Amino acid sequence: MRKPARLAAVAAATPLAALPAMAQEAAPAALPAISAGDTAWMLTATALVLMMTIPGLALFYAGMVRKKNVLATMMQSFTICALVSIVWMVAGYSLAFGPGNAFIGDLSRLFLSGLAERWDQPFVMMEGEDPATIPESVFVMFQMTFAIITPALITGAFADRMKFSALLVFCVLWSLLVYAPVAHWVWHPNGWIYALGALDFAGGTVVHINAGVAGLVAAIVLGRRTGYGSENMAPYNLTLAVIGASMLWVGWFGFNAGSALEAGAGAAMAMLVTQIAAAAATLSWMFAEWATKGKPSVLGAISGAISGLVAITPAAGFVLPMPALIIGAVGGLAGFWGATALKKMCGYDDSLDAFGVHGVCGIVGSLLVGIFAYAPLSASGTDPGTAGSLGQFLLQLYATAAVFAFTAVATFVLLKLTDLVVGLRVAEEEEREGLDVTQHGERLA
Amino acid sequence: MKLVMAFIKPFKLDEVREALTPLGVQGLTVTEVKGFGRQKGQTEIYRGAEYQVSFLPKVKIEVVVPAELVDGVVEAIARAARTEKIGDGKIFVLDVERALRIRTGETDRAAL
Repeated sequence: MRKPARLAAVAAATPLAALPAMAQEAAPAALPAISAGDTAWMLTATALVLMMTIPGLALFYAGMVRKKNVLATMMQSFTICALVSIVWMVAGYSLAFGPGNAFIGDLSRLFLSGLAERWDQPFVMMEGEDPATIPESVFVMFQMTFAIITPALITGAFADRMKFSALLVFCVLWSLLVYAPVAHWVWHPNGWIYALGALDFAGGTVVHINAGVAGLVAAIVLGRRTGYGSENMAPYNLTLAVIGASMLWVGWFGFNAGSALEAGAGAAMAMLVTQIAAAAATLSWMFAEWATKGKPSVLGAISGAISGLVAITPAAGFVLPMPALIIGAVGGLAGFWGATALKKMCGYDDSLDAFGVHGVCGIVGSLLVGIFAYAPLSASGTDPGTAGSLGQFLLQLYATAAVFAFTAVATFVLLKLTDLVVGLRVAEEEEREGLDVTQHGERLA
Repeated sequence: MKLVMAFIKPFKLDEVREALTPLGVQGLTVTEVKGFGRQKGQTEIYRGAEYQVSFLPKVKIEVVVPAELVDGVVEAIARAARTEKIGDGKIFVLDVERALRIRTGETDRAAL
């Protein structure tokens, strides 16, 4: 997200305190009010991000599984949408955006307490920060849609074999104990990664590396699908996946341009670079596949688009169009490598390539923003903004490694815990029969 | 009466139908089927994962004709369905003992 200028620092530098009369006159003009334009854009962006999960991701994933698991796969995204909304309202928001300490928020905002007093005030994330020009309710809701899509992305890694009950237990635990802390580290002014100065505009670490690494661990802990490598696991209906990927692409404008938290020049630039990166990655994956496998596949083209969108996510508000072209092109190639060579080399069954695409391309984007950041885009007030440099690149590497390590360990523990409580994986017979009928009692005709 | 059973490439169906109409064929039945022959199968690749697809989609045509028409029908199907590439399909001819049109009760040749 856009980093708000430190109002306290500006106020301290101005001798307002010595001139009470002037301060009284200046204060009302200096305090931003809620902007109708900014709020209108954030309401729109929030709806776009929600559309990414339902039906976007639900269709994208459902089109890639076998016919017997289509409904179960859609059900996972749809249920996570409802479940995480409640988790976020009850405690997730408080743990992510309550002041807390450097590592986690606190319980001061349980059940969104405090909104009654502040519902019509400009949102201030923390004492001393510059107020935003939107009400907190839309910020809560915008962030909720991010909290929803992140665990939904993980489901791609363990598609076709996880118990529905285990999915629910795991998602509640993971949202509270992995997603919320990492969001706090990166996006809350108290968070330790925020304090380091590492950049993550719209969730390269918080959403994509987080979900990708969790997916990788889940794929390893659950084990391969029965028949993996010997049976035909070709996608049931790629038209669903194309529609889903297209909705993700459009919804991503809410994701990236919405992360500006206002309807300004920053949001507009974020939208432009998002489109450029998505287009570049679509083409780079397509041509790479054409050259090495002989045919430019539909699944390859849409996977390329997602790769580029993931790669530009951490950089969207910080880079200009030329770097976006490079980030996208590299992202497409990296995703292609992650979903094919890397997966084959390591032997895990990341069924729909949650790690291969989101993890790998999230890392690519998180690192490249450290090289390509254009300072004026993040400048505000007295802050000159962050420019790309070797130092910034190393900082990005550090932040990426930290999130990678924490997520891997924490996800492993939570999966083992879930396994103890309800069992992670369906029985082999149920897997053969399909999750649609064994988990939900329904099937496609 | 003879039953002509032909397995052809799906996209050739319309051409076969057009070739049969002028011969006096009054009706036929079409089924979408899968199978393999010398063509074996195809390889499909999804994100690097290769799958050997051993059963390919074909269309099965079943048409019952008076015995004197059978040679013309077989020849017409073969001509219309041929691409000279592997996987063009096969034609079988079987004897038919009886036929009955359910609505009218007509039998055998009158029922065709």
